[in-house]
Amino acid sequence: MQIELSDEHVLLRDSVRRFAEEVVAPRAKEIDESGEFPREFYDQAGELGLAGVAVPEEWGGAGMDAVAYCLVIEEISRACATSGVILSVNNSLVCDPILKFGTDEQKREFLTPLASGAKLGCFALTEPGAGSDAAGLRTTARRDGDDYVLDGEKVFITNGTHADVALVFASVDLTKGHRGITAFLVPADREGYGHGSHEFKLGVNASGTTWLSFEDLRVPAAWRLGGEGDGFRVAMATLDGGRIGIAAQAVGIARGAMEEALAYAQEREQFGAPLASFQAIQFYLADMATELDAARLLTWKAAWAKENQKRYTLEAAQAKLFASEMAQRVTNKALQIHGGYGYTKEYNVERYFRDARITEIYEGTSEIQKMVIADWVVQRA
Amino acid sequence: MATLEAPPAAPPAVDFSLSEDQQLLRDEVRRFSEERILPGEAERAAEHRFPEEIVAEMAELGLLGMLIGEEHGGAGVDPLTYCLAVEELSRASAAVGVTMSVSNSVCAWPISRFGSEEVKRRVLPELAAGALGAFGLTEPGSGSDVASMRTSARRDGDSWVLDGEKAWITNAGFARWYVVVARTGPDPGKRGLSAFAVPADAPGFAVGRPEEKMGLTSSRTAPIHFTGCRIPAGNLLGTEGQGFKIALAVLDHSRLGIASQAIGIHQRALEVSTAYAKEREQFGGPIVELQAIRFKLATMATELAAARALTWYAASIAERTPRHPDAPRLASQAKLYASEAANRACYEGVQIHGGNGFHADYEISRLFRDVRVTAIYEGTSEIQRMVIARHLLH
Repeated sequence: MQIELSDEHVLLRDSVRRFAEEVVAPRAKEIDESGEFPREFYDQAGELGLAGVAVPEEWGGAGMDAVAYCLVIEEISRACATSGVILSVNNSLVCDPILKFGTDEQKREFLTPLASGAKLGCFALTEPGAGSDAAGLRTTARRDGDDYVLDGEKVFITNGTHADVALVFASVDLTKGHRGITAFLVPADREGYGHGSHEFKLGVNASGTTWLSFEDLRVPAAWRLGGEGDGFRVAMATLDGGRIGIAAQAVGIARGAMEEALAYAQEREQFGAPLASFQAIQFYLADMATELDAARLLTWKAAWAKENQKRYTLEAAQAKLFASEMAQRVTNKALQIHGGYGYTKEYNVERYFRDARITEIYEGTSEIQKMVIADWVVQRA
Repeated sequence: MATLEAPPAAPPAVDFSLSEDQQLLRDEVRRFSEERILPGEAERAAEHRFPEEIVAEMAELGLLGMLIGEEHGGAGVDPLTYCLAVEELSRASAAVGVTMSVSNSVCAWPISRFGSEEVKRRVLPELAAGALGAFGLTEPGSGSDVASMRTSARRDGDSWVLDGEKAWITNAGFARWYVVVARTGPDPGKRGLSAFAVPADAPGFAVGRPEEKMGLTSSRTAPIHFTGCRIPAGNLLGTEGQGFKIALAVLDHSRLGIASQAIGIHQRALEVSTAYAKEREQFGGPIVELQAIRFKLATMATELAAARALTWYAASIAERTPRHPDAPRLASQAKLYASEAANRACYEGVQIHGGNGFHADYEISRLFRDVRVTAIYEGTSEIQRMVIARHLLH
């Protein structure tokens, strides 16, 4: 057991931090307010290798490991949670499953442009009637000669307004339940592909989250990812990895809020002394730092397990559950330390507070994580 | 196994795996705990009987000299290996866990670290062979505020003469050696303190009446009294005036032991609660099928993983970079989080057991009582938060 970042990790983290501070942070407030999808950020991130951090270089990625990926998402999310989730979706939910389940042809056609940042991906699983219960999806894929024909509607699709490629989950046979679910790689320029425009949200407001629609959308069978009926397994395996990204995002958001609260507590004076001199405030900060470190360690542990080909469903669920709930508490306390100023747009802390909220919901709510974790605990006992 | 003095110089990496030696030791201590400690624990706790026979067996297994170098008869293991042993013992008995960890962390360790060669040669082989150790810091009027202590030590020729009283001394009466912090200089506060190794047979040393405690009933806790208690001058640890520094170093170190104790209790609470939930039927089925119960188990398991991550991380840092500037904060974070999480886990464990959880026949009721002190001793949660905040605001 040894937890020390390698020189390569430190180099990456420092350069991503610089990029985040110089390029990402200055626009965070503006895109939060306008909701404008930061496509140029994504392009720049792609040039730095951040669109496919853990994808091998031969497929256009940066060829680094899962811990490196956590560092990237934490640093970007510390500056701007919207930017963090845009990258997280492309890396974890699109590149990763193609790398794991795709044919070489699919990797050439789809993975290389996605991992290099030339294209942007989205993950289309959730539907109006199928959220946590993903197996209840109603989008269909009908085989027709060498093609499949997709029909249906997806909602809450991050990157949906700007994505070039969607990983779509549809059923080849609704009577088969989750055994009918099949995954497809679908370019957004196909006829019959539709998407919505910006939808205002509580937080991560510029993540391009919107609906997608498929009407008689024809895709060649060669773009099916995995076999017919493998889709549910693909989705679940993908979400295991995605949870590491969201945990890292929550850690980044919480760290951003914590750092601002720490600075504020040292400069703001009340009762003739800095806030930081009061034990109540010190104890908030102590709890925040402790939980933040615990969350980061759980996240790295899940990443380490993934990188070493161990089963990591439990570790990823625990990291995601703990980190997202930690981020609620830490951003809430950070806002409290800021007092009335924390409630204004003058400070970043209200944005961190709003952005943190979604980490407990997407890529499996806290309740879904607890179901996953409880299954492991009960089966092993 | 790596010794305390020679941390390995492997290249940096993120690696959460335990070494083969660590896994072997953990398995061995677990087997010992299940065979030799668990079966008699309920009875010992009910009778408030000190586990003397287990102490002897722990010595045979080398568990009482884990932090003593091989040259003095110990195993000289790394901090994480030590944490694993404390966790496994505490999973079976928090009382055995604290008996063992006090002897190792707050007696053998400071003597190894700060004792003269002569003291080490005299004391450490005895401790490694099964003579217990103890630590005298707290006083009736001096708890969290260590620097306010009044016990004094005065130099008299080739001796030090101690006078005063120490309270809440784990292993008192069973220990052969006591590390004691006393006031040696006119300086009020922390600068006038020094640390000593005091043998149980020193003239003027006496043990008071054992305390009646809420939990850890089979561990021994009692006051110790010094009345013109004379010890050789060479029993001074470190140098005169270094006592406060030594006490803090001891506590930084021992906090990982208490964090591991809390983790062991937490692990056991999760196990017995899960087993109970699978067996107990209400509303026509086992309560483990109810989401409200499952979610409690999920939270207990997740917080357990977080407590382990913090503790093992702090232990790995302590091994590789003993003087790491964050080491005291990391130890405090581990102790704070692990003890509070274990308290929540035992609370929820009792809740899962319903009325049975309130009954002495069920192990969870003992765990609930035993776990409470982990958020108090070796620095209360409030002291840990002070330490952490001080580092953050530095």
